Amino acid sequence: MTSTETTAAAGTAKRTLAVTDLSLVVLIGATGSGKSTFARKHFKPTEVISSDFCRGLVADDENDQSASGDAFDVLHYIAGKRLAAGRLTVVDATNVQAEARRQLVRVAREHDVLPIAIVLDLPEEVCAARNAGRSDRAGLPRHVIQRHRRELRRSLRGLEREGFRKVHVLRSAEEVEAAEVVLERRFNDLRHLTGPFDIIGDIHGCSSELETLLAKLGYEDGAHPAGRTAVFVGDLVDRGPDSPGVLRRVMGMVAAGNALCVPGNHENKLGRWLKGKKVQHSHGLAETIEQLERVDAEDPAFRERVREFIDGLVSHYVLDGGKLVVCHAGLPEKYHGRTSGRVRSHALYGDTTGETDEFGLPVRYPWAEDYRGRAAVVYGHTPNPSATWLNNTICLDTGAVFGGKMTALRWPERELVDVPAEQVWYEPARPLASDAPGGADGRPLDLTDVTGRRVVETRHMGRVAVKEENAAAALEVMSRFAVDPRLLPYLPPTMAPCATSQEEGYLEHPAEAFAAYRADGVRQVVCEEKHMGSRAVALVCRDADVARERFGATGGVSGALYTRTGRPFFDDPAMTERVLRRLSRTAGSAGLWEELETDWLLLDAELMPWSLKAQGLLRHQYAAVGAASGAVFPPALAALEAAAGRGVDVSGLLDRQRERAADAAAFTEAYRRYCWTTGDSAQGWPGEQAETHAPRRVGDRGTDGLDGIRMAPFQILAVQGRSLAALPHGEQLALIDRMIEAETHGSEANNGLCAYTPVYMNRLLAPTRRLVVDTEDEASVAAGVQWWLDLTGAGGEGMVVKPLQALVRTEGGRLVQPGVKCRGREYLRIIYGPEYTRPDNLTRLRARHLGHKRSLALREYALGLEALDRLAEGEPLWRVHEAVFGVLALESEPVDPRL
Amino acid sequence: MFLTISTTGTAGSPATDLGFLLHKHPDKAQRFSTSHGTAHVLYPEAGAERCTAALLLEIDPVALVRRAKDKNRGGAPDSALAQYVNDRPYAASSLLAVAIGNVFSTALKGQCAARPELPGAARPLRIEVPVLPARGGAALVERLFAPLGWTVVAEPIALDETFPQWGDSRYVRLVLEGEQRLADALRHLYVLLPVLDDAKHYWVAPDEVEKLLRAGEGWLESHPEQRLIAGRYLGRRWSLTRDALERLALARLAESDDTEAEALDNAVDEETDTEERPVPLAVQRRAAILDALRAAGAARVLDLGCGQGQLVGELLKDPRFTEVAGTDVSPRALAVAARRLRLDRMTERQAARVRLFQGSLAYTDRRLAGYDAAVLSEVIEHLDLPRLPALEHAVFGAARPATVVVTTPNVEYNVRWETLPAGHVRHSDHRFEWTREEFRTWAAEVADRYGYEVAYVPVGPDDPEVGPPTQMGVFTRKEKESEQEKAA
Repeated sequence: MTSTETTAAAGTAKRTLAVTDLSLVVLIGATGSGKSTFARKHFKPTEVISSDFCRGLVADDENDQSASGDAFDVLHYIAGKRLAAGRLTVVDATNVQAEARRQLVRVAREHDVLPIAIVLDLPEEVCAARNAGRSDRAGLPRHVIQRHRRELRRSLRGLEREGFRKVHVLRSAEEVEAAEVVLERRFNDLRHLTGPFDIIGDIHGCSSELETLLAKLGYEDGAHPAGRTAVFVGDLVDRGPDSPGVLRRVMGMVAAGNALCVPGNHENKLGRWLKGKKVQHSHGLAETIEQLERVDAEDPAFRERVREFIDGLVSHYVLDGGKLVVCHAGLPEKYHGRTSGRVRSHALYGDTTGETDEFGLPVRYPWAEDYRGRAAVVYGHTPNPSATWLNNTICLDTGAVFGGKMTALRWPERELVDVPAEQVWYEPARPLASDAPGGADGRPLDLTDVTGRRVVETRHMGRVAVKEENAAAALEVMSRFAVDPRLLPYLPPTMAPCATSQEEGYLEHPAEAFAAYRADGVRQVVCEEKHMGSRAVALVCRDADVARERFGATGGVSGALYTRTGRPFFDDPAMTERVLRRLSRTAGSAGLWEELETDWLLLDAELMPWSLKAQGLLRHQYAAVGAASGAVFPPALAALEAAAGRGVDVSGLLDRQRERAADAAAFTEAYRRYCWTTGDSAQGWPGEQAETHAPRRVGDRGTDGLDGIRMAPFQILAVQGRSLAALPHGEQLALIDRMIEAETHGSEANNGLCAYTPVYMNRLLAPTRRLVVDTEDEASVAAGVQWWLDLTGAGGEGMVVKPLQALVRTEGGRLVQPGVKCRGREYLRIIYGPEYTRPDNLTRLRARHLGHKRSLALREYALGLEALDRLAEGEPLWRVHEAVFGVLALESEPVDPRL
Repeated sequence: MFLTISTTGTAGSPATDLGFLLHKHPDKAQRFSTSHGTAHVLYPEAGAERCTAALLLEIDPVALVRRAKDKNRGGAPDSALAQYVNDRPYAASSLLAVAIGNVFSTALKGQCAARPELPGAARPLRIEVPVLPARGGAALVERLFAPLGWTVVAEPIALDETFPQWGDSRYVRLVLEGEQRLADALRHLYVLLPVLDDAKHYWVAPDEVEKLLRAGEGWLESHPEQRLIAGRYLGRRWSLTRDALERLALARLAESDDTEAEALDNAVDEETDTEERPVPLAVQRRAAILDALRAAGAARVLDLGCGQGQLVGELLKDPRFTEVAGTDVSPRALAVAARRLRLDRMTERQAARVRLFQGSLAYTDRRLAGYDAAVLSEVIEHLDLPRLPALEHAVFGAARPATVVVTTPNVEYNVRWETLPAGHVRHSDHRFEWTREEFRTWAAEVADRYGYEVAYVPVGPDDPEVGPPTQMGVFTRKEKESEQEKAA
């Protein structure tokens, strides 16, 4: 592909200079040869970096030759950044010295792009005349131009040897004038081809299996009636019974435009042998040679066609708008679409650690574990028992020649199609181990997936930024306290309260929530009872096998139950498992597995009582305040009353202290409502008897250990292949009601009078009371307010108001808050202190700022939705974890914790 | 918050002399503004036989929180003050001590202009503090007041009588009785209320030392609990100011999860870590680790989970360790380590040898590649078991240093710690502690999976029955033959 083109000196016809669209173009010419003018004419101003400009940057003087060293450092740095970003770059400097060019070739190679030389070899007179016309160079001695030209002429012949892959030489002002730069696409750039494709893994001479697979994919004699294109990932030959047959089929399909093919390391070696190079006949090449020799008799030209075919193969292709990369041995993102020896080498051989394993085979570097690219990389090379996605890469070599199977991937469907090997054609040097990358061996995420300032791209809200210090705080919590990230596909977002109410005696009031949704154009909202427990997310799998296969869970657990910061909800894994098994059984009896076509559910819920999880807080803060206030007021009031009895004027003070004592008592009442004992087989949850219409009958039976614990699920977040975050709340609650009903039936049967089952079953699931309100209808709004007053008057925490349609945008396209909370007047004593209802306190507390909290709630919501979408689409773990981690990081942003 | 001071009278000395001593008239209710609310002084009884003065401090809870959050004033050292639900309006704390100082300043100095002979004389006093936060419980209250000549009654207050299983709160009802000079009694309270509460509502400034010495004159120097008193009164100064901002970020995450900040913020505490005599064993452990590293010929060493940097400091003392990197998941631990190592004052040459950065072994981290050796000293037991494989992969699979030194407690030895209750782990954050057998099973599996060999070294006295207190595994990567021809 190297070409040096010079034209006859007299030529003034249009002269096209081919330039690869991603390359480092090095202009070469003496001072005054018109490089800058040429660059301006043919390239965008931002594509050109001139040494003069860089001299100016570092020395305030474009002609200060003493600054050249630093200036070129800057030039190389900028060029490197542009090339790393995949941008064509033109270097405007004299570059007449070999050393200067050597450095530029190095920069190009470092970024795996082609260096291209354009030489302006103009006569000395022309250069001198141009310099004379420039005030800053008028005084330049003639001998400088002469020296430049001498050096240039000396260099001309060796430019290709120096590494330039294209060299264009222009020898006169006329030629320069007539030149036209034409951008050429790279050979590997087939982004304009959108398929659909059938990508076929390693074949190794198994032509019979190949024919079966092609037939299964719908190909008829090498062509697909629906116009699909086959893509071969290489290693067509060696080891197997009929390498020539495979070659004939593939070459035919490629020639007919029905297939693309990238070379494997075996084609590469065969190609060298065909060119007469000395290569070892190991690893199955001997078989191929023997087979080719048999073909020679009937088709003597076949060898030559194979040689040409292999010679013309491009090491990797970028397809389908950049969404798909196909090569033989895998390719890190920075090599996609690049052109260099090492890119080719990686594409053919992959990366190795330099070590060899106990079978004498090189240990491969697991590049796919590090892969974080957006393009899917489909490759082969390493035989695995089955093809699995890892970080958006998939290896299709499933060892057909070793008696495994031959695998194809339908793109963009991402469907795997395979056929079994007809026999073991070749004994593998090492067994097809199951240590495929991404096996369930606790392979961790990489730190660069989460740390530092990050911007997470979300479908619903665009870019959401995470600050470095918040990521640092989240890293500690995630690392030290959270459950295994594979079992942590979601964290719930924070929720803003409704706007502060001006209603006398109230800080929060539902009228504000209804009004806000009305203003956002949301007519139907659902008010859901807010349970006072602790937030819990449950990843419920049908059984431990599903948890292992889908989520890589270890230790026989059937999912996870975690808090809003990802900590295990229960310290005791046995408790977790009991809850999960119950949920799994219940989902089964409710028919949810079949109906939702899934074998796992992600549930958002509240787990009660509050005292279950918040023991520490209760002891040190809430109950402590209750105890302190309860003990201080009686003696203080007695002292004041005694003083008053003596005629000392303490009237105002005494009244105030009495009110404070009453406030403190109300506070104690408020927190007590959310505390009860659990794990006591004799005691259930408050109201259990009234609801079950029967006393606990435990007797000599055991219990299921969940005594007194209640869980109120309010949303099924996701199931296999689907995020349910946008499912309207009416439908959500209907699904959950069915679970509750199923559990009720189950427990009634279990706990019935005639039951012989050995265990008393606690009713775990609690219903969520709800009311739909029409924000445009005054009567409906009034009913909503009254409903809240009744609920909170009876000791309820409050309610959450959500758009009935769940995921809603305003007319202007802005995401609407997924819910706002309206907390009850008594409950808020737990938040704002016992005495918050005193008028002067309320007045001051109303000055609270909701803006940050609302913004935080929306950003976390968007990240949560993103995590669910990524989970549903089967994206790699790091992509899901990135969004989940983002939620945790945002949670550490400083925002008023009482909101 | 509230307390009463009572006295009884005799013929020559009526109980109402208390009014002169306190400089407050028994027949009036007086009010005084203090920075956090209004203090009231009134007398529920004022007879010749008995006279009782009550000090009632009305705290404005909203102002308290707003002030605590006010960054311009430096915020509050006590994160509990930023909560609206807080005991300060009810319990006797440093706020009450400050009020005593303000309202009874004359009495505190032992002055009485009208009756100069009164302050010098002891009289029968009874002081009642209905709600006194006492970190250390009733026993400590007794230890603090009894040596001063008081008869002490300290009754614990139940957290919540509806939940008897929750036990007692940290408050006691305190009654002190004794023949004392009033000024002394007030100075006892002034110092010991905040000491028992073990928190202050203001930042402790250097002049606090002067205040303590002044108020403690005549009794503190001979008090048997002098160290504890001074320590609590002053000692938290550095720990409070340090890294307040980092603590806040963590506290927020704790709060959003209904847990306490302390439950998360325990990454920086060597004192409580591990064992009853931390210094000797920790020193022995570091010596053993250094020996192993020297034997392995390591020059570039990673300390994974470096905590406060004690091992990093030891490594830097030996020039053969040319590069020492300490990582920890806690930014606060790293800040402490940087301060202890005096990183900002090191010479450039020394500083070039050491690097501290936040890292997490739950993730692979390419910055950890290329070192000769890595140390995991007392780290693995701080991880939940299901998350250990990720660490194994990050260290043995991804970073792959030639040598890995792992230390962890030997749980069998716990029976030898006299103060460790049976069945308890050595540190509240230990997720597990292994027997020698368990550790060896794990180590052998890891070594096998990742191509290492492992040798076991006891650290500390090797008890014939239960083994050493710390067990150490030294992993050595197996060397492979040179790379062979690439094949597939």
